[in-house]
Amino acid sequence: MIFLKYAVWRFFTMLLTLWVVSILVFVIINLPPGDYLSNQIAELRATGQAEGVAKAEFLRHEYALDQPLWKQYMIWAGIAQGPQGYSGLVQGNFGWSFEFDRPVSEIVGSALWMTVLVNLAAVLFVYLIALPLGVLAAAKSETWVDYSAGFLGYLGLATPNFLLALILFYYGHKYFGLPIGGLMAPELEGYPMSWEKVQSVLLHLIVPTFVIGTAGAAAMMQRLRANMLDELGKPYVETAKAKGLAPARLLVKYPLRMAFNPFVADIGNLLPAMVSGSVLVSVVLGLQTIGPYLLTALKSQDQFLAAFILMFVALLTLIGTMISDMLLVLLDPRIRYGARGT
Amino acid sequence: MTALLHVNDLSIGFGKDAPVVDRVSFSVNAGETLALVGESGSGKTLTCRSVLRVLPEAAQLRGGSVQFASQGQTVDLMNLPEKAMRAIRGDRISMIFQEPMRSLSPLHRLGNQVAEVLWLHRNMGRAEAKRVVLEEFREVGFANPEQVWNSYPFEMSGGMRQRAMIAMAMVAKPDLLIADEPTTALDVTTQAQVLGLIRTLQADTGMAVILVTHDLGVVANMAQHVVVMHKGRVMERGLARDILRAPAHPYTAKLFAAAPTIPKVAAPARPSNDQDIILSLKDVSKTYTMRAAGWRKPVAVPACQHIDLQLARGKTLAIVGESGSGKTTCARIAIGAEPPDTGGEVLFRPATGAPPLPVHTMTGTERSAFQRQAQMVFQDPYSSLSPRMRVQEALTEPMEIHGIGSAGDRRDKAAEMLRWVGLSPDMLRRFPHAFSGGQRQRLSIARALTLDPKLLICDEPTSALDVSVQEQILSLLEDIRERANLSYLFISHDLAVVARIADEVAVMRRGVIVEQAAPDTLFYNPQHPYTRALIAAQPEPDISRPIDLDLVAKGAGSPALWPESFRFTGDNPPALREMEPGHMVRCHA
Repeated sequence: MIFLKYAVWRFFTMLLTLWVVSILVFVIINLPPGDYLSNQIAELRATGQAEGVAKAEFLRHEYALDQPLWKQYMIWAGIAQGPQGYSGLVQGNFGWSFEFDRPVSEIVGSALWMTVLVNLAAVLFVYLIALPLGVLAAAKSETWVDYSAGFLGYLGLATPNFLLALILFYYGHKYFGLPIGGLMAPELEGYPMSWEKVQSVLLHLIVPTFVIGTAGAAAMMQRLRANMLDELGKPYVETAKAKGLAPARLLVKYPLRMAFNPFVADIGNLLPAMVSGSVLVSVVLGLQTIGPYLLTALKSQDQFLAAFILMFVALLTLIGTMISDMLLVLLDPRIRYGARGT
Repeated sequence: MTALLHVNDLSIGFGKDAPVVDRVSFSVNAGETLALVGESGSGKTLTCRSVLRVLPEAAQLRGGSVQFASQGQTVDLMNLPEKAMRAIRGDRISMIFQEPMRSLSPLHRLGNQVAEVLWLHRNMGRAEAKRVVLEEFREVGFANPEQVWNSYPFEMSGGMRQRAMIAMAMVAKPDLLIADEPTTALDVTTQAQVLGLIRTLQADTGMAVILVTHDLGVVANMAQHVVVMHKGRVMERGLARDILRAPAHPYTAKLFAAAPTIPKVAAPARPSNDQDIILSLKDVSKTYTMRAAGWRKPVAVPACQHIDLQLARGKTLAIVGESGSGKTTCARIAIGAEPPDTGGEVLFRPATGAPPLPVHTMTGTERSAFQRQAQMVFQDPYSSLSPRMRVQEALTEPMEIHGIGSAGDRRDKAAEMLRWVGLSPDMLRRFPHAFSGGQRQRLSIARALTLDPKLLICDEPTSALDVSVQEQILSLLEDIRERANLSYLFISHDLAVVARIADEVAVMRRGVIVEQAAPDTLFYNPQHPYTRALIAAQPEPDISRPIDLDLVAKGAGSPALWPESFRFTGDNPPALREMEPGHMVRCHA
C-alpha cells in the first residue's frame, strides 16, 4: 500500500520533471540564431528559386515558426492552438522534420526501438559483468583474482570506444565470423519481424553491446568492490560469522545486500550515460539507432527532430531513475520507512 | 570438576610486532561468570574473540590452546577444522557484541536474523524455528514478540536491540556466552536492565558467561571470577569478592581509584545565594520539525521544554540525562549554535556587574566577542581534531580567526596552553594521530583555552575515554577552572562523573528538567523517581551493593507509570517546585 502510494507520487514527480525538461530542451535548441527554414529561405533567395521560397514560407507559417518563442513552445507541446489546432506532443504529434521532409514519428519510429534494445543490452551486460567480478574482487581482495579483475576493468575504462569497436570487428569477423556494422543483415531491412530477423539482430548486437558496456561495467565493478570492502568490515558481518554462517552464504546474505543499494541507484545514471555515449559509437558502427539522426538534426538545426530525440533520451533517463528509486524502496526498509515519515 | 573452557598460554600478535595478547591463561566453569577486565588496548577483546576464532584477518594466533569441553568431549578450538568450528559458533558458544546499533543487519527483520541460528544449527523448519524464537523473545522481555519478529533493528531503541542480540545469542541454548562490553554503548538505566537480564537467563539455563568490560561496577554485579588484563598480560586473577575487596596488584588498585562513584554524603551544606550569574537560560524550548516525504504533514518533535538554568561565575553547572533527553540541544542553544523557540532567551554576562547580553540577538561585534569568551569541548577527541593539521596549526587557528597577536605571540600562547594541559611544547609539530585519546582530549581543551574564554561548554568530554584517563581529564578541568576562573556548563550522561565536578546538577528526562540541586543534596536526598533510578543504576564496584533493578525499572519507565505525585502523560509535565532551598523537583503540589 505504502509502495503503491509512493509509486504514484513518484510517477507524478516524473511527469513534472519531464515538463521542465521539455522547456529547457526547446529553449536550448532555439538559442542559436535562425532556424532551419530561415536558413533555407535565405539560400533559396540567393539562388533565385522563388517557388521554393513560397513553400518554405508556407511551412514556416504552418509550423508557427513566425510566432514568438513562448508561443512556439506551447504549440509544439500541444497546450496552445497552432495553425492546425491543438496538435503537439500531448496529442502524440511529434512535428515535422525539415531535413528529411517527413514527419518525425516516421523517421525515428524503428530507430527508437533499436536504441532501447541496444541500451538495454548494454545495461544488462554491465550488470552481468560487474556483479560477479566486483563481488569476487572484494571477497578475494589483494589476491591475484582482485588484481586481474582490476586490470581488466582499467583496460576497459582506458580503451577508447571506437578503437575497441574496430579491434572487435576485425577479430570478431576473422575468428568468429561476426558481422560488421549495422544492427541486422542489410537484406532483412524493411521486412516485418521474423525469427531470421531476430537472430540476425542478436548476432549484430554482440559487438555494440560489448563496446558500449565495457567502460560502464569497469566503473561499476570498481564501485561495487569498494562498497563491498566497506561493508565487510562492519560489525554485523562479525555477528553473522559468530553465528556459524558459512563464508559464501554470509557474503551473499549480508554485505552484498548492503552494497547493492548504490548498485541499484546507478541504473538511473547509467541509462543517459549509455545513450549519449552511444551516439558516436552508433555513427562509427553504423547502428540504426537515433544517435546518427540526433547528430544530423543538431547540425542542420532541424529543431523538431532534435527536440523530440532529446525528449526521448530524457524520458529514458527519468524512467531509469524512477525504476531505481522504486527498487530501492523495495530493497531497503530504511528508505521505505523514511518515505512513510516514521 | 573440569572446566568448561580452559585457555592456556594464549598469544596473539600482528605482523612482526611483539604480541598484543601475551601468554594469557584462565578457565571458566559451567554456570559461572568470568569477567575479563581491562582498559582499551589491554587485549581483552582479542582474547575473547580468539575463543570463537573471529579475529581480524591480520591477527596471528602465535601459540597456546583453548580447550572446550562440550557434550562429553574436549576439543582444542585452536586446531579445529573450520567446518567443525562453524558448528560450534552460535550453537555451543555464542557472542554478544558491544554496539547493538551496528551489530545487527539493518536490512533483515529481527525474526529472520535470530531464527537463522536455528536454521543453521538445528535444521528446524520455518514454523518451528519461529515458535522457538518467539518464546526466546518473550524470555528476554519483549512484551510483543510477534511484532519484534517483524521489526527491523532501526525501529528499536539501543536497549531493545541489545535484547534482540541477546535473544539471538541465547536461542540455541549455548554452553558459553561471550559478552564483549555488552552494555558500554547503553544508558546507565538500560545497562542495569540488560545486566539483570543476562543474570536471569544464566540462572535459568546454567550457561557460563565470559563478560568483557572496563567497568568494575559491572564486574561486582555480575562475576564470580575476575581476570584483570593490562597491555596483553594478565595482571591479577581470582575470585571477584577477593579482588574487589582487596586488589593485590597495583594496576587493579589504580583502576579502582579511578572508577567514579556516587559519593555517600552526610547532610549537605546549605547553598549560598549571592550569585554572580554568567549565563542564564530563560524559558528555553526547542522544537524540531521532522521533514516528511511527499505530501505528508511535518511532525513537530520537542527536544527540550521550558528550561530555566543559571550558571554562576567560576562554578560548574551539569546537565545529566540519557541519550535523547535534550541535554545536547540545551548546550547548543546556550552557545548560540541554534536559536531557541520564540519566548526563550539566553543571557550572557561577560564580566561581573556588566549588563547581560542576549546571545541570540547580538550585534556582529558582540557576537565576535562572545565567540571568544565561550568555547566548547567536544565528546569525541578523535573526530574533533583535523587529522591534517599539526597541533600548532590547530591551536593557533582560533587566534588567527580573531586576529589576535602576531604569529610569534600565537605560537607562544599555544606552547603555554600545552603546558597548562600537561603536555610538552615540543609536541607542537606533531599531528593528532600521534596522540592517545586522553592526550587528544587535552589538546582540544588547550585549543578551547587559547582565546582566554570565560565560559567552557563541555559536551560529554570524558565519555569516550578509559576510566583512568577520564579521572585525569576531570582533574585537569578542575585545575583549569580554578586557575583561569572559568565557568563550566558540563553535559554528561554519567551521574558519577558529575558528582565530582559539579556545583549544581540538573537532571533531564525527555526534554524537561525533573530535578535540580547541588550534588550533595541530590545524592543525599533524591526525590524524583528518575533521579533515584539513575543513582540506583550506577554499578558500584562493591559486591555487597548490587543494583536495585526494581527501583531502576520504576524510575526509568514511562512518566505515566511514575508514582502519583510525579506522574504525567503527553507533553504537560507538572511544574518544577522548590522542595527546600536550592532543591527543585518536578512534581504535583
